[in-house]
Amino acid sequence: MPPCQRRQEVKMETFHDREQGKVSFERMDDVLVVRLSGPWCVRSDMPPASLLAQELNALPAPKSVSFDSTQLTNWDSGLISFLVQSSGFCRARGIGQNREGLADGLRHLVELAEAVPEKKGARSEAARPSFFARVGNASIGYGLSIRDFLEFLGELTVAFARFVRGKARYRKIDLMEAIQQCGASAVGIVTLIAFLVGVILAFMGAVQLSQFGASIYVADLVGIGMVREMGAMMTAIIMSGRTGAAFAAKLGTMKVTQEIDALTTMGISPLEFLVLPRVLALVLMMPLLCLFADLVGILGGMFVGVGMLDLSAGSYMRETISTLTLVNLFGGLIKATFYGALIATAGCLRGFQCGNSSSAVGDAATQAVVMSIVMVVVACGLFAVMFNVLHI
Amino acid sequence: MAGTTGESRTPQGTEAQIMVRNMTMAYGSFVLMRDLNFEVRRGDIFIIMGGSGCGKSTVLRHLIGLKEPAAGEIIYGNVNFTRAGPEERERLLRRFGVLYQSGALWSSMTLAENVGLPLGEFTDLKPSQIREIAELKLALVGLKGFEDFYPNQISGGMQKRAGLARAMALDADILFFDEPSAGLDPISSRLLDNLILELRDSLGATIVVVTHELASIFSIANNCVFLDAESRTQIAAGNPKDLLANSKDPRVRRFLTRGEEGGDLANSNG
Repeated sequence: MPPCQRRQEVKMETFHDREQGKVSFERMDDVLVVRLSGPWCVRSDMPPASLLAQELNALPAPKSVSFDSTQLTNWDSGLISFLVQSSGFCRARGIGQNREGLADGLRHLVELAEAVPEKKGARSEAARPSFFARVGNASIGYGLSIRDFLEFLGELTVAFARFVRGKARYRKIDLMEAIQQCGASAVGIVTLIAFLVGVILAFMGAVQLSQFGASIYVADLVGIGMVREMGAMMTAIIMSGRTGAAFAAKLGTMKVTQEIDALTTMGISPLEFLVLPRVLALVLMMPLLCLFADLVGILGGMFVGVGMLDLSAGSYMRETISTLTLVNLFGGLIKATFYGALIATAGCLRGFQCGNSSSAVGDAATQAVVMSIVMVVVACGLFAVMFNVLHI
Repeated sequence: MAGTTGESRTPQGTEAQIMVRNMTMAYGSFVLMRDLNFEVRRGDIFIIMGGSGCGKSTVLRHLIGLKEPAAGEIIYGNVNFTRAGPEERERLLRRFGVLYQSGALWSSMTLAENVGLPLGEFTDLKPSQIREIAELKLALVGLKGFEDFYPNQISGGMQKRAGLARAMALDADILFFDEPSAGLDPISSRLLDNLILELRDSLGATIVVVTHELASIFSIANNCVFLDAESRTQIAAGNPKDLLANSKDPRVRRFLTRGEEGGDLANSNG
């Protein structure tokens, strides 16, 4: 048998398997009879209700519509939808309907669907606002979000002042837990990323510097690069994704389950109880993680230096130590501390602003990460300018 | 701390403990309810009722200070809650106990820690004493032996009861319950009702309940306010049994009789 013929046969079969619901129209004087036959199920194809609309529009217009469902083999909500739409067409044209020809179940369901009239104003009637309106709304939204951020920052400062005076209400154990979560538990990922960043920096420098026979300066490049910028920056980005998102998700969920309300109505400030320990923990841990990342990054650079550039470990280390200054080191650590404050604040703020659903928690976590990364990078740029002006 | 405040704790007093005056609630420019006026007397079990989505829980959120009224005021005894300064507010808040719809137990703490947290924050008790009081409160709601369970390890009904134990931790004299029987089977719900009555009688607490469970309403309430979503205000107040007997308003009748009286079911927007 030639292949094309066989294909045709298969096609015939599938067509046969998928029996369709059919509708036919018949005029009896002023009455339009709608005859439904075959299976009317959402899974198989069904004729659209617009067929009836066409029929109703044809002249002379019928005075009423009646139905005949005796030929129906099977039906589900697909048919109900057809009938409700048809009924809408009839009503719009002032044409009467006689539903006696429909099976009882069908008739009841159609009546049920039409029992409660549409509530006025429930459907949003406003069309999509104009371009300018949308730009305006978005700008107002940004303005408000900046105001929210400043407000939150203000409240946090007050809470911090209470903490310094020893008046803040929070649990030591929560602080310890947060320190563990954003300190010790993050060491693994920070090690991996910092080592690879060190390796990458070394490779980048090695290609250029070895052309001049100056491969020993790879140590300077990696050392200064890691300690001044990359250590703090990479740690900050890791912590935004790891801890900032976790803060937002945790606080957001607590908002959804009313746990934050429960604190408020107990007279315990959620800001002191939940936000303060988290911000403190991250601010304390970021410089430590950054210091660790600096060291691991330098080791990564040394790995490349010793393995590929035939430098000795000793000379690499000596070169690194001679080029690094305390100013470089503290510059990096101060940045890391500042980034920590930004990340924790963004995470907690987004968590607090979370709406009342599970999808809002996801949004809060996403926004927390985006906001903290943007703020970290902007702050990094500002620091670079500031350090440059101050000749650090 | 019942009895140490020196206030009289006579149940069913006549003085108003909570007064709501001309309160309007709004989300931005959308007015949810306006001109709410009601009084809760000391020792009352007061029900805020109405159809789903009419703003019952929002009234509760206003009463406990989670939302500010757009207009009007809320007065507790002789303290104007709406105009109170932060310290006065905090003092008032400490007299409240709130049971949230979902229980709202702090999920990272055990039941004993949940109940003990307010005690630890607001009293000078030693940790061992706090633990004892927490055990007592949990025993009162029938959760003896569950002290070291976390909220996700117990059933919904038990979470509600644990939430109740936490609400009573500081011997609050005004208790607020948001849909206490939502999600409970009829028997648990009945037991909770009995517990509420017991609390009122033994502690002399004033209790405000948001609910639409008719069975509970008739068995515990002695006063209520009825909110209507359509007219956006209260349409009835008083003892629900009297309302059932005497109210002429078809909307109230329809609600209190589960739609058997007061007109067409289909026209009520639930």
